[in-house]
Amino acid sequence: MIKIEVRLFATFRENRERKYFFELPKETNILDILNKLNIDREDASLILLNGVDGDVDRKLKDGDVLSLFPPVGGG
Amino acid sequence: MYGYMGKILRVNLTNRTYSTEDFDFEFGKKYLGARGVGVKIMMDEVPAKTDPFSPENKIIVASGGLTGAPIPTSGRYMVITKSPLTGTIAISNSGGHWGPSFKATGHDLIIFEGKADSPVYLYIEDDKVEIRDANHLWGKTVLETTEAINEELEGFKVMAIGPAGEKLSLISAIMNDVDRAAGRGGVGAVMGSKNLKAIVVKGSNKIPIFDSEKTKEVSKSKVSTLRNDPVAGSGLPSYGSAVLVNIINESGVFPVKNFQEAYTDEADTISGESLTEHHLVKKSACYRCPIACGRVVKLDDGTVVGGPEYETIWAFGADCGLYDLETINKANMICNDYGLDTISAGATIAAAMELYQRGFIKDEDIAADGLSLNWGDAEAVLGWTKKMATREGFGDKLADGSFRLATSYGAPELSMSVKKQELPAYDPRAIQGHGLSYAVNNRGGCHIKGYMISPEILGYPEKLDRFSLEGKAAYTKIFLDLTAVIDSIGLCVFTTFGLGLPDYVDMYNAVVGDVHTNESLLEAGERIWNLEKLFNIREGFSSSDDKLPKRLVEDPIPNGPSKGHVHKLSELLPEYYSVRGWDKEGVPTLETLNRLGLEEYSKYIDKESDSEGALSF
Ligand code: SF4
Repeated sequence: MIKIEVRLFATFRENRERKYFFELPKETNILDILNKLNIDREDASLILLNGVDGDVDRKLKDGDVLSLFPPVGGG
Repeated sequence: MYGYMGKILRVNLTNRTYSTEDFDFEFGKKYLGARGVGVKIMMDEVPAKTDPFSPENKIIVASGGLTGAPIPTSGRYMVITKSPLTGTIAISNSGGHWGPSFKATGHDLIIFEGKADSPVYLYIEDDKVEIRDANHLWGKTVLETTEAINEELEGFKVMAIGPAGEKLSLISAIMNDVDRAAGRGGVGAVMGSKNLKAIVVKGSNKIPIFDSEKTKEVSKSKVSTLRNDPVAGSGLPSYGSAVLVNIINESGVFPVKNFQEAYTDEADTISGESLTEHHLVKKSACYRCPIACGRVVKLDDGTVVGGPEYETIWAFGADCGLYDLETINKANMICNDYGLDTISAGATIAAAMELYQRGFIKDEDIAADGLSLNWGDAEAVLGWTKKMATREGFGDKLADGSFRLATSYGAPELSMSVKKQELPAYDPRAIQGHGLSYAVNNRGGCHIKGYMISPEILGYPEKLDRFSLEGKAAYTKIFLDLTAVIDSIGLCVFTTFGLGLPDYVDMYNAVVGDVHTNESLLEAGERIWNLEKLFNIREGFSSSDDKLPKRLVEDPIPNGPSKGHVHKLSELLPEYYSVRGWDKEGVPTLETLNRLGLEEYSKYIDKESDSEGALSF
């Protein structure tokens, strides 16, 4: 099992928590997390795995922090 | 002639006279308007090495070909002058409603010359132009000035400086519509130096449109593109630019305590999400803007004021080690009211706090002010902001920005600035293209004229690897040139989240006439960028000024997800010069000037005949 932290931002927080701590089986990837949280893959425009862009099929490691954002911008 | 009003207003403040001149359409096509036209006039009319505060410096307030037209986000105008902060060209942009009202007076731009011997304001109602006494307005805040004008006159839009500009603060802004700012480069102080308090406008002229049907059609389609775009249609309107707080922090490039760190666990307390949840009253929009990224917030005492942008939240927040939105909202209000650039104001306090942390500034230096320079001290942040604006006590030193402050303590490297202008809210050590954009910016430290955060962090128009150097020089060039186009035609740069070059061509051609192609419009942006560069070269700037603070190229980021990275400017700079068609010293080649139709300025790249005062027979 691995322990990971998931952080949600902007509209992803609607009807969800800001943060989740999950204990998951070893082969879990980012897409599994999106499914688990009921987030459409298309809507997750920014996926940061430990601060760096992560592909949805990336497998998670113990201690990973996953930050998920809908499409957002500014300047 | 379409799009443009065809008239330039020239105001001589020394003699209190004015005259009008024709605005040449060919000139409009070549330099687009607003920023491009302003830079061209500065180049042609203001001699090299002019003291920014002397009567010989000019301020140009200019609309673009699309300003005020029935096109989305056409509320923008520009202020162009020589910056007293950087000594470079100053190119400051603002939105709101003032720009379109000014254009409706029937003028494309105003050139201010000279200096009034006592405070004045400029009144324009269509053809009626008056240089009026402003003794009663001098000393008033921007809000008080606007209210006083509204009492005297009906239906006028007000652009004004506050006490900071009057006191010649080098980081003072020009404000319009109470809380919109042409913020950067100390442009407020140039108005102050001329004793020009305000410009009030009201107009009834219609903008001549080349093809009204086409304009309607194009406008409708661009509005719908923007509305359906996930960022422009949803992300920006929901949270404002402040939504970036969490994104930039989660990416580990959120500068904390004057760029000593790049990540904080406390970011969420000052995020766009928190602002929306706890402070937001409503959204606000500039003229004809379907995006409406503006915020209106409520303070604890019930006062309703313009809300902070992302950059402002960062400057007074994380950069000062402060995580309290109420204080940030108040600091933002003080800046708007006193006419200070929020980025430079917050970043200067942050620099002072680091100078204090490291023992350069001593307790006795600030004892008389009764304020601390401790990280995160809310009372101090608000107190210094006000003292900076009024040059009171130690605030007098802060009023000239972080570079002069740090230099006076023998520690210029603690000013996180480029060309003496404070850097905005992104640590470039782990965003290589954005760091390049900082270093080469014609107006000094600036994020918006070449917003590489868009591809490198947000993924627009495509996602680039932010750590990589590959292709970044060419990409940065395109962003800088495209922004010069958008600034010059009179639209908002936030449209780039949903629109691209062909969209701007569509809009320009529908309003102004079928004059530009994708290539020629982007080339006009490149021409403007090169002309600004030539202005700076003429002022004595060289490649040695295209640099980042030592910390950012030498000390790796110490914490957070981007830990260990430094900016690799020395590797990127030569490639950037080369894609620009500049020589190794960063000077445009003759070939480049010829290609861009700037051959008349070739004398400024000729190093042999550099000395203007040299005898020639
Ligand atoms: S996007 Fe924001 S800044 Fe730009 S025009 Fe619209 S409201 Fe103004």
